[in-house]
Amino acid sequence: MTSTTSAASAVTALLGTKLGMTQVWDGAGKLVPVTVVQVGTNVVSAVRTPETDGYSAVQLAFGQIDPRKVTQPVKGHFAKAGLTPRRHVAEVRTADAADFAPGQELTAEVFEAGARVDVIGTTKGKGTAGVMKRHGFSGVGASHGAHRNHRKPGSIGGASTPSRVFRGLRMAGRMGNARKTVHNLTIHSVDAAAGLLLVAGSVPGAKGSLVVVRSAVKGA
Amino acid sequence: MQKLDSVDAASLRDDIPSFRPGDTVKVHVKVVEGTRSRIQVFQGVVIARANGGVSETFTVRKVSFGVGVERIFPLHTPSIDHIEVVTRGDVRRAKLYYLRNLRGKAAKIKEKR
Repeated sequence: MTSTTSAASAVTALLGTKLGMTQVWDGAGKLVPVTVVQVGTNVVSAVRTPETDGYSAVQLAFGQIDPRKVTQPVKGHFAKAGLTPRRHVAEVRTADAADFAPGQELTAEVFEAGARVDVIGTTKGKGTAGVMKRHGFSGVGASHGAHRNHRKPGSIGGASTPSRVFRGLRMAGRMGNARKTVHNLTIHSVDAAAGLLLVAGSVPGAKGSLVVVRSAVKGA
Repeated sequence: MQKLDSVDAASLRDDIPSFRPGDTVKVHVKVVEGTRSRIQVFQGVVIARANGGVSETFTVRKVSFGVGVERIFPLHTPSIDHIEVVTRGDVRRAKLYYLRNLRGKAAKIKEKR
């Protein structure tokens, strides 16, 4: 369960799976690269109110799950809202949470074409990556006597002063598989019948991964 | 059957004639100038077809005033009014990039019979 926003304003959001990218032509005949997000039907599994929870949020649930995999506590949580269990759950902080009721269904129609959205997903894992790939370092020269030294970071600091490496220095390590938000993408079109959102541009994550599409929280 | 075939189906055109590399085609392109729109014809030899599905493109080459000009069109773009196949060429390659190095009579493609 993740909380996706801390906005004080009203936020619209849906959970979905990233199906992949393709291209479409807009009305002016321009080619638009789009990411197709399948949102299907989201349900409101709980509503958080300042009185009971100290904050205002809507808990969304999405996706099929094998009933045998659902634990009793989770089953009970969904039963409270009068729902069958879903695969993914996420909370979205929004000021108008009181307008939602547990059990309510949300479809792709909550967004309209042309709306600005933020998309949150988990980026593809890259494993252990060097500084050139991970942080965009320039590396070391290819020639001029460089010896087995081409993709190294170079110096990581002084010697006896300060006799330590500064905290936060960018080095090689695990890359990707991290939560990332892409702000201010445009919804190209909405296919309510198929439960699809076509978002112009790319969104984080692999095909089939979970993404949260929410109305943009920052100005364009 | 790919996952996004249903999304792409809306963009696919069904009025594209069948043509292949070596064919000479007239591509009638819609050109928008300010508010007016007119049709411009680009005639040349198809030297390549690339990619597939909704992102398929084709390359048309012509020699204009002694200068080689190539245009790459998305096959399914709405900015193409229509495509006319002028001649069918007899070639043994899928990509005719060798035409770029040939001039005059050597750059001629035999017609299929």
